[in-house]
Amino acid sequence: MPNALTIALIPLLPLAGFVLLGLFGKKYTGKYSGIIGTAFLLAATLIAVYTAYEYFSHSQGGRYSPIIAAKYTWLQFAPGVSIDMGIYLDPISMMMIVVVTLISLMVHIYSLGYMKGEERFSTYYAYLGLFTFSMLGLVLSSNIFQIYMFWELVGVSSFLLIGFYYDKPSAVAASKKAFIVTRFADLGFLIGILVLSYASGTLDFNTMIATLTSPESSQLKTAAASSFLGMSVITWGGLLVFMGGAGKSAMFPLHIWLPDAMEGPTPVSALIHAATMVVAGVYLVARLFPIFAITTPILLELIGWVGAVSAVIAAIIACTQTDIKRVLAYSTMSQIGFMMFALGVSGYGGEAGLGYTASMFHLFTHAMFKALLFLGAGAVIHYVHSNEMKDMGGLRKAMPVTHITFLIACLAIAGVPMLSGFFSKEEILLAAYHHNPAIYWIALLTSGLTAFYMFRLYFNIFWNKPYHAHGEHHGEAPATMKFPLILLALGAALAGYIPFGKYVSSNGEPLASHFELSFSILPVSLGLAGIAIAWIMYRKQSGLPEKVSSGLGGLYKAAYHKFYIDEIYLFITKKVLFNLVGRPAAWFDRNVVDGIVNFTGNTTQFVSEKIKKLQSGKVQQYAMYFLLAAVIIAAVFIYAWK
Amino acid sequence: MNLLLFIAIPLLTALAVLLCRNQEQVKWTALVGSLAQLVLSVVLLLLYNQERSTGNSMQMLFEESYVLFSNPPINFHFGVDGLSVAMILLTSFVLVAGILVSWNIEKMTKEFYFLLILLALGAYGFFISLDLFILFFFLEISVIPKYLLIGIWGSGRKEYSANKLALMLMGGSALILVGILLLYFNAGHSFDITELAQVTLGSRLQQIIFPLLFLGFGVFTALFPLHTWVPDGHSSAPTAGSMFLAGISMKLGGYGCLRVATYLLPEGAKQYADIIIVLSAIAILYGAFATMMQKDLKYINAYSSVSHVGFSLLGIGMLTQTAITGAMMQMVSHGVMTALFFAVIGMIYDRTHTRQVNEMGGLMKGMPFAMTVFFLVGLCSLGLPGLSGFVAEMTVFMGSWQNADTFHRVATIAACMSIVVTAVYILRAIGKVAMGPVVNEDHIAAGDVRWNEKMAAIILLAGILAIGIAPQWLNKLLSPTAEIIMNRLNGH
Repeated sequence: MPNALTIALIPLLPLAGFVLLGLFGKKYTGKYSGIIGTAFLLAATLIAVYTAYEYFSHSQGGRYSPIIAAKYTWLQFAPGVSIDMGIYLDPISMMMIVVVTLISLMVHIYSLGYMKGEERFSTYYAYLGLFTFSMLGLVLSSNIFQIYMFWELVGVSSFLLIGFYYDKPSAVAASKKAFIVTRFADLGFLIGILVLSYASGTLDFNTMIATLTSPESSQLKTAAASSFLGMSVITWGGLLVFMGGAGKSAMFPLHIWLPDAMEGPTPVSALIHAATMVVAGVYLVARLFPIFAITTPILLELIGWVGAVSAVIAAIIACTQTDIKRVLAYSTMSQIGFMMFALGVSGYGGEAGLGYTASMFHLFTHAMFKALLFLGAGAVIHYVHSNEMKDMGGLRKAMPVTHITFLIACLAIAGVPMLSGFFSKEEILLAAYHHNPAIYWIALLTSGLTAFYMFRLYFNIFWNKPYHAHGEHHGEAPATMKFPLILLALGAALAGYIPFGKYVSSNGEPLASHFELSFSILPVSLGLAGIAIAWIMYRKQSGLPEKVSSGLGGLYKAAYHKFYIDEIYLFITKKVLFNLVGRPAAWFDRNVVDGIVNFTGNTTQFVSEKIKKLQSGKVQQYAMYFLLAAVIIAAVFIYAWK
Repeated sequence: MNLLLFIAIPLLTALAVLLCRNQEQVKWTALVGSLAQLVLSVVLLLLYNQERSTGNSMQMLFEESYVLFSNPPINFHFGVDGLSVAMILLTSFVLVAGILVSWNIEKMTKEFYFLLILLALGAYGFFISLDLFILFFFLEISVIPKYLLIGIWGSGRKEYSANKLALMLMGGSALILVGILLLYFNAGHSFDITELAQVTLGSRLQQIIFPLLFLGFGVFTALFPLHTWVPDGHSSAPTAGSMFLAGISMKLGGYGCLRVATYLLPEGAKQYADIIIVLSAIAILYGAFATMMQKDLKYINAYSSVSHVGFSLLGIGMLTQTAITGAMMQMVSHGVMTALFFAVIGMIYDRTHTRQVNEMGGLMKGMPFAMTVFFLVGLCSLGLPGLSGFVAEMTVFMGSWQNADTFHRVATIAACMSIVVTAVYILRAIGKVAMGPVVNEDHIAAGDVRWNEKMAAIILLAGILAIGIAPQWLNKLLSPTAEIIMNRLNGH
C-alpha cells in the first residue's frame, strides 16, 4: 500500500489547485489555469488509481477489510468524542476515489475546450478543484462528522458552480435553491449525527457501527429501548441521517433543486449533478449500511420505497421535458432511485447482500454513461447554442463522434445487453425480485420508461427534422472535448465486465456475479419496446407526439409541470414561512419589544418633564411640599397605628 | 509577562494620538500602537501556552496585584486564563482592523482614533481584571466612547440610537453594580474574584444576585428581549464603531455572564438555566427570522448577531463542559466574524452610498475582492466547515445534546433549525448584492477596495480561518476554563 501521506495527496492536490488558482489565477496564470488545474488532477488520479489497485490486490483470502490509513484529532468535544480527520480505505471508498478522480479529470480536460475564452476561466478551474477536494474528502472520511463537513463543502462548491454565470438571475435563483434545499436536508443529517453519537458515544464510523450493531452492546440496548413517538432512538437517528442523504441525492420529495441546478455550465452538471455529488446520499447509506440492515430494517424498507417512488416519478417527468439537460437531470434522479432502492432491498452479508453490490455497481456504471450523456449534451449545446429539443434534430452527420458516443450511452442506460448498464440494472432487478416484488414491478416499469425517454432524446437530437445551421459555423468540437467522450464511451460499454461482486459486497466477503438469461428476457424486451416506441414517435417529424400528449390529457400536463411539487414548496416557503413567521417576527421586534423600550424611555421623559417643575428653587414651594408630605405621613401613621 | 502592558501600551498610544499634529501622524501612530498590541497579545498567547505546557496548573497565570484602597479592599488584581487570553487576542485583532478601515475618516480624526483606542483599553482592562470593582470600572470606560462614536460620527437617527444604546447599557451596568455590591456585602467584604470563588453563598441569596448580574451583562450581550439597542446602535454607528460594538462590546457581556455570574454564583446559574435556555433559543430563531425580513445590510448583520450571540448564551445555559466551551468559542468566532461583516458593509457603503439590498446588484463585477470577503464571511455566518462559525456552533450543539431530557432536546433542535434560516438570509443578501445583474453602473465604476481595507479584511479572515481550519488550539485554550466553571457548578 502507498503510505498515508501519499494517499492524503489525492484530496490535497486538487485543494492545492484551488488555492493556487483562486489566489493567483486571475492575475498570473490566466489562460494556462486550465492546464494547471488539469495537471494537479491528473496527478491525483494517478495516485488514486494506484492506491485502489494496491488495495484490491491485497485481499485476506478474498475478503477486504477496512483500513484506517491516517487519523488526526481535529476537534475534541469530550473524552472519546471527537471529530477526526481520517483516511478510510475500504472497497466502496476505493471505488469512489477512482470514479471521482476519473470523471473529474475527464471534465477538466473537456472544459479546456468547452470553457475556452470564458472570462472567469481560472475561477472555474479553482471551483472544480475545490469540488474535487471536497468530494474526495467526503468519500475518504472515517468519522461521521468528517463526512458532514465535506458534505457541506461539496454543497458550497455546487452552489458556486451552479451560480457560475452569476449575472444571470435564473442561475442565482437555482444556486440558492440548491443550497437551501440541501441545507434543510442537512439539518436532519446534523440532528441525526447528534442522536447517533449520543446513542453510541462516538463519532467514529467503525466504533459506531460496531456499537450499534452488536446485540451485546449495552448502548444499543438503551438506545433501542427508549423511544420517541413509537420509534426507537436509533431509528430516529438513522431516519434523520437518511434525510440528509435524500436531500443530496435528490430523492423525492427533496429533489426539486436538481433540475434547476442545470443552470451551471454543462461539464459541471456532468461532474457534480450526475456522476459524483448526487450519489453522496447513496454512499452515505452504504457507509452506515450495517446499522440500517441489522438494527433498523424498517428504515431500510423505507429507503427502498423512497428510492422506488423517486425512480418512477422522475422517469415519468423525464418523458415530458423539452430541455435536454432537464431530461438528463430527471434521468439522474431516476437512476439514483434505482441505487437507493437496491440498498433498500438488500440484506447484510451473503446472497441477501446482492442489492448492496448491485447498488454500488450501478453507481459505478451510471457515473460512466451519465457523465458521457452530459458531456455529449454539452457538445450539442456548444454546437447549436440552445438547450431546447426543438432547436435540434438531424445532427448525426454534423457531429459523428458525439452521435456514436451518445448512442452508446443511451443503449447502456436503457439496459441493452452487453453494455454496462445492462449488468448492473439486471442485478438490481434480481435483488428486488427476490426481496420486494412490489418494488420489482415498479422498477420494471421504470426501466421501460427509461429506454423510451432516452431514445426520445436521442432521436430528437440526432434524427427527426434536418438541421439547419444558423449563421456562421464551427466544427463539431475540439479534440479536448472529443477525447473524454471517447474514453467515457469505452467505460460505458465495458465497465459491466468487471466482476464487481468479487470486490464490493455488504460485508467484505466476495459475492459471485449473478446472471440469469431467463430472468433478463422481460426487462430487456421492455427496454427494446421503449426504444421502438421512441423510434416510431420521434425518428421522423410527425404529429404523433402531440396526439399522444393530448390523448393523455391531465396526466401529461401534470408530468410536464413536474407534478406541481415546486409550486407546493413555493407556497410553504413564501406564504407560510415568510409571511406568517418572518414578517411577524420582524414586526414584533420593531413594535412590541422595542416599543416597550421606547415606551419606558418616553414615560421617563414625560414624568420628568412633569415633575421638573417641582424643583423650581422657590423655598416657599418646598416648604409647602414639606408640610403636605408631613401631614400625609402623619395621617398614614395615625391610620396604621390603629 | 506583565499584564500591565495591556493597560500601558493602549494608554500610551491614546496619549500619543492626542499629541499628534496632523491626520497622517494620527493614523500612523494609532496603527503602530494597535499593531504593537496585536503583537503583544500573540506573545501573550505563546507565553501562556508555554507556561501551561511546563505544567503550571494555577487557575490564573501572570497574576499581579497592586493595592488601590485598603478599605474597602480594592486592588488592581490582574491575571489571565484561557478565556481572557482568547478575548484579548480578539480585541487586538478587531482594533487593528477597525483602525485600518477608518483610514479615511475626515471629521475629527484625532478624537475618533483616541476614542477607538480608549474602547480597546477598556476591553483589555476588563478581560484581565480579577477585581470586580476594577472590572466594573473598565466596563464603564468602554461604554462612554461608544456614545460619542455614534453621536458624532454616526449616520441616520444617530442621536436617538446613541441615547438608546447608552441608556440601555447604563441600565445594565446599574444592575451589575447592585449585584456586585450585594456580593461584596454578603461574601466577606471582598471584590476579588479568586477570593469570592472560595465562598459559597446561600442558595436564596444566589437566587437574588444571579439574575441581577446575568441580566446586567445580558444587556451588553443582547440577551433577548434586551437586545433592541443592537439594530439601532449598529445601523447608526460608523463602521469601526459597529465592528467594536458587535465584535468586542457584546463579548464583554458574554464574558461577564460566565466569569462573574455563572462562576461566582453556580447555584443561581442552575436555578435560572432553563430560563436562559428558553430566552436564547428564542433569540436564535427569532433573530434569524427577523433577519430574513431586513433590507438594510447593517440591520441584517445586527439581527443576525442577536441570533448568533444566542448560541453563546445557549451554551452557558446548557451547563455542560462542552457546551460552555462552545459558548466561549462562539464569542471569539462571532467577534471576528461580525467585525469583518461590518467592515465589508462599510466598504460597500463607501462605494455605493447605500445599504439597501434592493438598490444593489452584481457588485462582483466592480469589487471582486470585497465581494469575495462578503461571501466568505457570509459562509462563516451560516456555519460552513473550515470557517470559525461551524466549529463554535457544532461544539455548542454537541454539548447541548449531552442533556438527555426532552426540554433540552427541544431547545437544541430549535437552535439547530437556525442553520437553515441563516442560509436563507445570507444567500438572499449575497444573491442580491454580489450576484445578479448590475443595478447601478456607478457602483461598478467605484472600483475595488484600497490597501487599508484589504489589510483589515485579511487580518480578520486570518482569524476566521485559524479557528476554522485547525480549531483544536482554541479548544485546548478554552476548555480548562469551562472545566473550572463546571467544577464550581458541580460543587467541587
